Amino acid sequence: MPIFDPVVDPGSSFPELLRRVGLARDATVHAGLSIDVPHATTCVALRYADGVVMAGDRRATSGNLISHRAMEKVVPADSHSGVAIAGAAGPAMEMIRLFQLQLEHYEKVEGTGLSLEGKANQLSSMVRGNLPAAMQGMVVVPLFAGFDQRRGQGRLWAYDVTGGRYEEREYVATGSGSLHAGTVIKVGYRTDLTRDDAINLAVRSLWEAADADSATGGPDALRGIYPIVATITSDGWVQVGDDDLASRFESLASEVRAR
Amino acid sequence: MTTPFYVAPEQVMKDRADYARKGIARGRALVAIRYVDGVAMVAENPSETLRKVSEIYDRIAFAGVGKYNEFDQLRVAGIRAADLKGYQYSRDDVDARTLANQYAQILGNIFTHEMKPMEVEILVAEVGTLPDGDQMFHIMYDGTVMDQKDVAVLGGDAESIGERLREGFQDGLDVAGAVQLGVRALAGPDRTIPVAELEVATLSRGSRRRCFDRLSDAEVTGLLV
Repeated sequence: MPIFDPVVDPGSSFPELLRRVGLARDATVHAGLSIDVPHATTCVALRYADGVVMAGDRRATSGNLISHRAMEKVVPADSHSGVAIAGAAGPAMEMIRLFQLQLEHYEKVEGTGLSLEGKANQLSSMVRGNLPAAMQGMVVVPLFAGFDQRRGQGRLWAYDVTGGRYEEREYVATGSGSLHAGTVIKVGYRTDLTRDDAINLAVRSLWEAADADSATGGPDALRGIYPIVATITSDGWVQVGDDDLASRFESLASEVRAR
Repeated sequence: MTTPFYVAPEQVMKDRADYARKGIARGRALVAIRYVDGVAMVAENPSETLRKVSEIYDRIAFAGVGKYNEFDQLRVAGIRAADLKGYQYSRDDVDARTLANQYAQILGNIFTHEMKPMEVEILVAEVGTLPDGDQMFHIMYDGTVMDQKDVAVLGGDAESIGERLREGFQDGLDVAGAVQLGVRALAGPDRTIPVAELEVATLSRGSRRRCFDRLSDAEVTGLLV
C-alpha cells in the first residue's frame, strides 16, 4: 500500500502516482523506428442548446486494411464529460483509460470533482506526454467535450499533437475524415440547434466523411454496427441507441437515393 | 553513558494500546449495518467537510474514527492501492480483503515500531453482487483485523452501542430501517442527534459500477421519519 512522505506525495494525480511507484509506461520509441499500428479515425463534437453532441465512427485501419470494425473511440470520461480519440489506436486507448482513471482518482482523493476546464487541461498534459511517440508516427489527437456544471453550458476542446488546447464555440472534428465531417457541420450549424437536429447533423457529418474517406467507417447495417453518438447535458452522458441511429441513417440513405 | 531503564515489552505494548484507545475514545462513534441491498454506514460527525466515510473503489468503502489526519492518510493510501491494482490488472481484481490485510500490515508495523501508534480504527466494507458477498473488515489501531458479519461499531463507547445494534438488528432490513437503527444505536436512550450532525453513506448493489452514495441531509431526514 503506497504511503509517501509529504514532500514526495503525488497528491491527487494518478499519472504522478504511477511514476512514483515505477509503473509509468514510457512513451518514447527508438529513434528512426516507425511501426505500422491500427489507426482510429473520424470523431466530431458540436454544441447545441442544452449541451453537446459527440460522435465517432467505429473503424480502425492499418494501412489499407480494416483492422477493427467496432472500436469505441467516443467514450464517457466521467458522468458529465466525454472524450473522443483519433490516431494510433493502442496509445489512444491507453490515454483514454488513464484519463478516465485520473478523473475518478482525483474525485475520490479530493472528495470533489475537477472543474471541466481542469479536466481539459489534464488531457492536454497527457497528449503532450505522448509527443515523443507522436514523432515516430504514434500520433494521438483527442477531442474533449462536456457540460460545465459551474457555468451551466456545454463546452468543447480540440487538441494538437503537442498538447495545444483550443476551446471552440461551435464544433470540433478530428481524424482522417475530419475535413469532410467538419465541413458538413460548418454548413449546417446554427446556434439554436435542438437535440434532434444536432444528432442528425453529427450523423450526416459521419456519413459524408465515410463516403469520401476510406479510413472512416459508415453505418454497418449488415453487422448492426453504428457510430457512437452521445449527448452530454446537465443530466449527464446519454448514449443514443442503435435503433434510433439505424432509423436516422435509413432516412438519410433514402434522401440520398432520391437525389 | 546512561543505561536506559528496562521496561518489559508487555508494559510497552500496554502503554501504547492505552494511548491509542484513549485517543480513539475521545472521538464520536460510527456504525455499519448490513441491509438487504448492501451496507449502510452512519457516523456522528458535526463537520460537513471533514468526512469519516468515503469511497475507495467501485464496490468498496472506507470509514475511520479517531485522529482525522491519520485515518485520512490511510483512506488516500487505500484509494491509491485500489486504483493501482485496478489499472495493473482489472477492476474485478480489487477486493476488500486484500485492502484490509494491507491496512493491518501498516497499522501493525506502526504499532510495534514507531514511537506513537495511530489513534484510529477503520472499517473496509465491500458490497458483493449477491448478499452473500457483502463483507466488513474492522481493523484496530494495532493491526488486529475482525471480520464482521451483520454490524460493526468503531470508536468510543463501542460496547453499549454494539449492544443496542445487535438487539435491533434483523435480516432483511431496508435502507431506512438500517439507518434508523444506526442512529438509534449511536444516540442511546436519552439523546437525539440532529440530522446536520449525522454522516450517512451507503454501498448498494445495483446496475451501477460505482456503488457508493453519500446521503444528503434531506435524504437522511426522509429516511428517519
